[in-house]
Amino acid sequence: MNEQFFSLMSIALGAILVGNVVLTQLLGVGPFLGSSGSLRTAARMGLAVTLVMGLTAAACWPINAYLLLPNGLKHIETAAFLLTAVLLVELLDLLVKTLSRSGKGLPGGALPLAANCAALGVVLQNVQNGSGFLESLVYALAGGLGFLLVIVLFAGLRERLEFADCPQSFRGVPLALVTAGLMALCFTGFSNLSVFG
Amino acid sequence: MNIGKQMKRGLLTENPAAVGLLGLSTALAVTTSLSGGLGLGLCALAVLVLSNTILSALGPYLPKGTHTVSAVIITATLSGVADLVVQAFLPSLAGDLGLYLPLLAATCVLLNGAGAFAYANTVALSALEGLFRGLGYALVLILTGIIRELLGKGSFGEGLLNGGRGLRVFPARFAAGGMVHPVGGFLALACVVALVQFLSARRPGKRKEGTKG
Repeated sequence: MNEQFFSLMSIALGAILVGNVVLTQLLGVGPFLGSSGSLRTAARMGLAVTLVMGLTAAACWPINAYLLLPNGLKHIETAAFLLTAVLLVELLDLLVKTLSRSGKGLPGGALPLAANCAALGVVLQNVQNGSGFLESLVYALAGGLGFLLVIVLFAGLRERLEFADCPQSFRGVPLALVTAGLMALCFTGFSNLSVFG
Repeated sequence: MNIGKQMKRGLLTENPAAVGLLGLSTALAVTTSLSGGLGLGLCALAVLVLSNTILSALGPYLPKGTHTVSAVIITATLSGVADLVVQAFLPSLAGDLGLYLPLLAATCVLLNGAGAFAYANTVALSALEGLFRGLGYALVLILTGIIRELLGKGSFGEGLLNGGRGLRVFPARFAAGGMVHPVGGFLALACVVALVQFLSARRPGKRKEGTKG
């Protein structure tokens, strides 16, 4: 029990700091740059991505283990996972639209959230590593939390960048990319971190 | 719609990667060399042209509610085919691309907007749209790949030219190793996006008035 807890903690810390989804593995950079204009939108986006990643990983694991692997359908796994993600997120979007008082759906729209590389990439990594259900789920949720951490930090930086004096062509996205690059450089500092051995 | 305008939209003013911020994860991850950027760019181009053509031809026969799902299935299937073709004929490229080769499915669904353009337009126009958007995406990947390979390894076209050894521009020990890491990806892509913004803002014959700062 204790051992399993530590191994899950080490997976989680690894996914948040050492192998951060956005800055180290370069997954989900689109929503990272697109929704980091203010702290509020960034936090909403980060939470939505965490939810989507967790749900997708939880849904794709049984599909892979009980449907694809026993029937020798490995070659269509990507298509199957992507379709699962899209259907799940459309459902989630409907649910959020019905429940929220403002009537708004998920931030950024259902399709970009579902088809972002972070959700699908983490599922594919889980399959490649042959992880169990709990490990897959923890890895995906921790990946989402890593995304949340980085996008909130990044939004804080970007609010300051509004006033930066830079060449006209570098305004907006290019300057954000340079900032993200410097953040990625900082995160390489975590690369040798090992807390639980 | 006039073809020149459509081309300018796909390549510059509405470039899917630089302006639409689509498929950036892949654009950053595979561009450590020209061969990676070129390979994935061409795969995306082929999938976009084919998927746009098929979707716009099928569009009138599909019930309205199934549009998104059909687009996802068709695009993901075509990407799967591209994935298998690359694995079969270019195994070394498939090794370099790694996880991002299957992720082509997600990238291409975003790049063709789940058929938003294809369902609303004729087959020829949709094929052209796929061609120009694919070219725009591929160009960003190729440029980023060239910059990163040149600065990060000091070579040009490794794995492609000169029997796979590439052209040596300067000795490898002077290369900035960071350029092949994620940091370099962000920096090189920033320069390419800035170039696209510069070219889109430029008007032939008349300079746009620079704002202060």
